[in-house]
Amino acid sequence: MTKISKSKYPNFTADRSKFPEMENGKPVIDLDSHKFTKLWQGPQHPGVTGNMSVEITINGDEIVHAKTHVGYLHRGFEKLLERRKYIQGFTIVCRICVPEPDTNEYCYSTAVEELAGIQIPDKAIWLRTLNLEMSRIASFLMWIGGQAGSLGMGVIGQWTVGMRDFWLDLFEEMTGGRIYHMYMIPGGVRKDLPDGFVTRTRDLVDRTRELLFEIKKSFLDNIITKSRLVGLGIITPDMVDEYGIVGPTAKASGKEYDVRMNNPYLKYPELDLKMITSTVGDAFDRAEVRYKEMHQSLDIITQILDKMPMNGEIQTKLTNVINWQIPAGETYVKAESTRGEHGFYVVADGSKYPRRVYNRGASYTHAISVLEKLAVNTSISDLAGLMVSLHTCPPEIER
Amino acid sequence: MEEILRTLEQQFAITQQKKMRDDLLFVDVKKDRIISLLTYLKDYAGFTHLAFLQAVDRIEDNKFQLTYMLYNFQLKTNLGIRVFIDREKAEMISIDKLWAHAWQYQRELKEMYGIDFPGSPRVDESFVLESWEEMPPMKRDFDTLEYSIKTYYQRPGRSTNDPKKYMKKKLYNNFAKSPDKGRKND
Repeated sequence: MTKISKSKYPNFTADRSKFPEMENGKPVIDLDSHKFTKLWQGPQHPGVTGNMSVEITINGDEIVHAKTHVGYLHRGFEKLLERRKYIQGFTIVCRICVPEPDTNEYCYSTAVEELAGIQIPDKAIWLRTLNLEMSRIASFLMWIGGQAGSLGMGVIGQWTVGMRDFWLDLFEEMTGGRIYHMYMIPGGVRKDLPDGFVTRTRDLVDRTRELLFEIKKSFLDNIITKSRLVGLGIITPDMVDEYGIVGPTAKASGKEYDVRMNNPYLKYPELDLKMITSTVGDAFDRAEVRYKEMHQSLDIITQILDKMPMNGEIQTKLTNVINWQIPAGETYVKAESTRGEHGFYVVADGSKYPRRVYNRGASYTHAISVLEKLAVNTSISDLAGLMVSLHTCPPEIER
Repeated sequence: MEEILRTLEQQFAITQQKKMRDDLLFVDVKKDRIISLLTYLKDYAGFTHLAFLQAVDRIEDNKFQLTYMLYNFQLKTNLGIRVFIDREKAEMISIDKLWAHAWQYQRELKEMYGIDFPGSPRVDESFVLESWEEMPPMKRDFDTLEYSIKTYYQRPGRSTNDPKKYMKKKLYNNFAKSPDKGRKND
């Protein structure tokens, strides 16, 4: 037990000279020796990690080997998109990620607009920015509940998922849908804001901020959270590029990479944003970075509501949408989701159908390569917390 | 960026370059130059982040296009490196030594496109398609309709409709008669 708690501290490497035997940096696992047990964590989780399983080999309660298995949510989106017209693809892409579908819509629509040479009106750009920030808040609220739930604090999950529901109400007013919004259509957005939306959003921003202060007191300042998360799953700065780590996970390790600031899109250049980073790179730092990002997202929403013009066109007039033929070319459009760089690589071949649509999600590396590395030498009871601290979203791994 | 592109032209014989945006460029390179090119870009030119490695099936040219998307944190620029490989004997050099997560993309490409990466770790393991026996499904010539007809069966009691005829019958049935009806009522 002491060994495991020690391994939570940086610069500690477990003494592997006696057991288990190591070969090429990997433990020699002989299941017949009865010294190891194989366990499956998942595919069902009571948290927010989605359907993904980790095959772990344990010795006592220490994980000596971990392997991620995905495939429970494979719906073949990329193949489907190849057989759909561009406008039909728009209704599919949002379904790739349940907690945060809007980043998919934005990236896909922008990629199509870029290839087809479509300009969208100013008001639509503002509305897209607002929609993206709202979806970031909704996704972070779900994540914080999952992180607290993985440490046994289920009540915090109830608060945040309850608050997320109020944000979903706003989405319903804005787009007509609660979960899948299908809002950012190529050429603009589908609907304008209803009456009183701005007041209700400002009110909800205040209420969310109050909840966040409660969460700070009960979750982040909690001794249980600190004892469980401090030192868990440390990502060193040199691992960031090596493993393609992005988003708050990279920022907690000191990497200054946020697509909204590095390659500003939509109205982000006109808004006041600050890069939030930390230094240690453990699960607690990641939680703190995300907590600060939530406050920043609330700030950004307020800024957008202050600056956004209330009148104006929301859609470019486009004709014969169903028979669009987009000239051959390829592009990669990315945006900052709550998990990090999220992008769409769209290849057009001049026909009515895309040749290839690839969706790059941050979880692709976080949940497989990174998780498999970080899980080794942790306790089985910490694995759920570690998974959530990487903010994995299996649908974007399998697409 | 111009300096890097000049080096690429001189030392790695890039065949084509295209600028999509200020922060997105594509260059084409020959298959045998890819490792030296990527090593140069990663170690000397600051393109340290591999965003993805993916394939596009160019079936009409009998080629696979592989796209390596890199990112430079100082220049804040994405660089897509395109390599065209033979579609029949699809094999590519593994880059798992350059990036620790590259093996994942290579495993996926082996499963989805049948592109082999000899020496790449766990390349033969299944990614999402456990016990799949058909051809790699992301290839353009994989017929999804034929596969579903072959694999699944129609539930008894269900009938198939031609969407055009069905819509006409169901939704616009009264449309053709309506002018007459209208006149009669008058």
